[in-house]
Amino acid sequence: MSGAPTTGTSATAAAAGAPAPTAGTTTLGGLAGGLRSTPLTRANPLATLLGGLLVAAALLLTVDVVSAAVALVLEVCLLPLAGLAPRPLLVRLLPVLLASVPAGLVTAVIGRDAGAVLVGLGPLTVTEGSLGLGAAITLRVLAVGVPGVVLLLATDPTDLADGLAQRLRLPHRFVLGGLAGLRLVGLLVVEWRTLAMARRARGLGDARGPLAGTRVVAGQVLALLVIALRRATRLALAMEARGFGVPGAGRTWARTSSFAARDAGVVAVCAAVAAAATAAAVLAGTWAPVLG
Amino acid sequence: MPALAAAAGARGGGRAAHRSPDRTADRSSGRPDDGAAEPVGVVARGWSWRHGGRRRAAVSGLDLVVDPGERVLLLGPSGSGKSTLLAGLVGVLPDADAQGPGDEGAEGEATGELLVGGAPAGARRGRAGLVLQDPESQVVLARVGDDVAFGCENLEVPPAEIWPRVRAALDAVGLDVPLDHPTAALSGGQKQRLALAGVLAMRPGLVLLDEPTANLDPAGVQEVRDAVVRAVGATGATLVIVEHRVAVWADVVDRVVVLGAGGGAGAGGGGAVVADGPPERVLAEHGDELAARGVWVPPRYRSGPLVPGWDAPEPGGELLAARALACARPGGPVAVRSADLALRAGSATALTGPNGAGKTTLALTLAGLLEPVGGAVRAFPDLVGDHGPGPAPGTAPWRWRSRDLLRRVGTVFQDPEHQLVAATVEGELAHGPRLLGRPEAEVRRRTDELLERLGLTALARAHPFTLSGGEKRRLSVATALAVGPRVVVLDEPTFGQDALTWAGLVELLRELVDGGAALLAVTHDADLVGALGARVHHLAPPDPAVPLAPREDDGRSASGLRRLLGRRRA
Repeated sequence: MSGAPTTGTSATAAAAGAPAPTAGTTTLGGLAGGLRSTPLTRANPLATLLGGLLVAAALLLTVDVVSAAVALVLEVCLLPLAGLAPRPLLVRLLPVLLASVPAGLVTAVIGRDAGAVLVGLGPLTVTEGSLGLGAAITLRVLAVGVPGVVLLLATDPTDLADGLAQRLRLPHRFVLGGLAGLRLVGLLVVEWRTLAMARRARGLGDARGPLAGTRVVAGQVLALLVIALRRATRLALAMEARGFGVPGAGRTWARTSSFAARDAGVVAVCAAVAAAATAAAVLAGTWAPVLG
Repeated sequence: MPALAAAAGARGGGRAAHRSPDRTADRSSGRPDDGAAEPVGVVARGWSWRHGGRRRAAVSGLDLVVDPGERVLLLGPSGSGKSTLLAGLVGVLPDADAQGPGDEGAEGEATGELLVGGAPAGARRGRAGLVLQDPESQVVLARVGDDVAFGCENLEVPPAEIWPRVRAALDAVGLDVPLDHPTAALSGGQKQRLALAGVLAMRPGLVLLDEPTANLDPAGVQEVRDAVVRAVGATGATLVIVEHRVAVWADVVDRVVVLGAGGGAGAGGGGAVVADGPPERVLAEHGDELAARGVWVPPRYRSGPLVPGWDAPEPGGELLAARALACARPGGPVAVRSADLALRAGSATALTGPNGAGKTTLALTLAGLLEPVGGAVRAFPDLVGDHGPGPAPGTAPWRWRSRDLLRRVGTVFQDPEHQLVAATVEGELAHGPRLLGRPEAEVRRRTDELLERLGLTALARAHPFTLSGGEKRRLSVATALAVGPRVVVLDEPTFGQDALTWAGLVELLRELVDGGAALLAVTHDADLVGALGARVHHLAPPDPAVPLAPREDDGRSASGLRRLLGRRRA
């Protein structure tokens, strides 16, 4: 999860005296507004969750270049479904892109050696085998990470909670409690910044060296925890005052979490990506199960 | 009501089904009075409640009858058990409905009777609805419509009935935003109206408001008051308000009940009714007494002003000035595009303006806590003062070391809890002076003096977080006083404070000005502006047409990277 949610929006809305036109709510990926409506963003979050798990499972069963490359190519073709313009999408994918390269490089250096030695530096060697392994890891991080980020971006927490509680029958007290708590996490980012400023104003911003620095950060973390706990307590009271959390009580749902043909479509497309990647690797003879 | 039926229907058509319903279509039909609950009365007979682990009861022996449909303003000093009573009425006190007296180990212990509509309070969920003080911690869900529906869902209202109720409730509080509007984008006043709508949608016969406007600016106070008047007028529900701003509610209610202070001579807990009657009579008879206990009594009902007169000193030279200053929160939009103002020694300046005008951002930038985006903040030699050996410090406060900032500019945040750093009240006051290496004897003397002034001597060893809201607020101002900086910046110092705390704060701030400090207060409080003889600097919302000035440097210490980053951001 990245970034604080709509603090900026709230400032501008208040400035105009009237609320801004629908800015959208924050998705699980920390995205506030700006999602174009696509079959993927409209899908039931349970379907996207299942689809993502299928792709990830297929790619985690094997470590080879072919399966990951096929999956990645197909995923890139499906990227328009993310409902996000290329530039903001790229910004969101950047962490995955940045993480994939070092993951591959490290594998190439310390991975299981096989074939000709390409670079040798004492115990650290890059061989044909380890280089191939490194490439496979890089592609795999991308092939699992890219859909992961896209699905997270498309998932609205409220819809996910509705799905978990209504369709999967998870206890609604926990699901809704978690959902309400999630909203507080965004507020904590703002609180943290304010705390940092307040502590600088009180002379605690000069910490030099790891020991003093740790003490200052520990103090700030403690203050944040206390503030978060108080907030949570007040929120719990407000929820209870609205009839929430009575043990054994039932509940109706204003929003119905339902499945539509599009949800089957999302799962089918994800399953197809997983199957195509696995089939290509088996045909190419590179399918190498991790277990066994 | 075809639009309702469609909107109330399932999610079959995807998110759009209920999220972009045509709100105008059912404007005429969805009044909250169709099917509104019967107003219910309240009966307390010898009702007491003691928090588990506390020796003293929060409320003891309360006798009170509120008839159905009555509108009551509940007054009383802090500690008189007002909030406890509201929590008890809505049924959220731990184990309020439980067990007989003397049940040890329970989280709370209730004795006597507390009835809502003839049944024990809390026995029927949704009979009473409660709106609390803090707008931020009452929003449950991310979308406005879902948040209002939350209570109905918990009461097992049939789904088809929920959306009409949600619309009627939003109409009743005048919150005219789409159902899928993000709750995070609402202002404080709107959030409080949202909370009220969430309560109204549950169709309670008793509406309880616990200081619903304490954290709001004047526009927000008016918004919420009007919403309450309209909503309760439409439903006829019984209304009980706890609030110390009498002027806001005196015309709304038909009865004022005053609870006595707790812990007084032989009184045990709070809860004894000391005055009861129509607002006019109670205020006329008990005005001075209430004012002395911190209630905001309108001037015509009390004999003297809250604070004595004061002659503001003649302002001295400039200490800190902003020139074409543009400022923003890190990563946020530019909140102020071009501000010019100067803070003079021995003077007070009030920063006013509507929500979103960037008042707090400007104040924090002047206080050296945020980096300017354009223009400059400049400190004059009188503020920079003796710097001892070594290179002279620059004139840009945001570049100063934290300790130098502490010595020169004090900042008092809106929420005192953000700036409390010590484990005891005493340590909190001694923190700044000790950090600056002042002699221990002097630190002790000053700390004791301030404790005495704040009336906190008995609590010197208590943890600051355990103080009451008003005590915390005064303590946070006193921490600045303890160091004695030449410039003090305060963000809404009087927000939500009772009249006693307010008067105490004015005294502290006047002392600062008398001592030659320059005060800058972000405030909506016209009384504070008057009491400090403050010059008003009004901020309008940022106008995109105003060009941003390039950032001026103080000609020192900016590394190449800093300069590059600075230029990029400006």
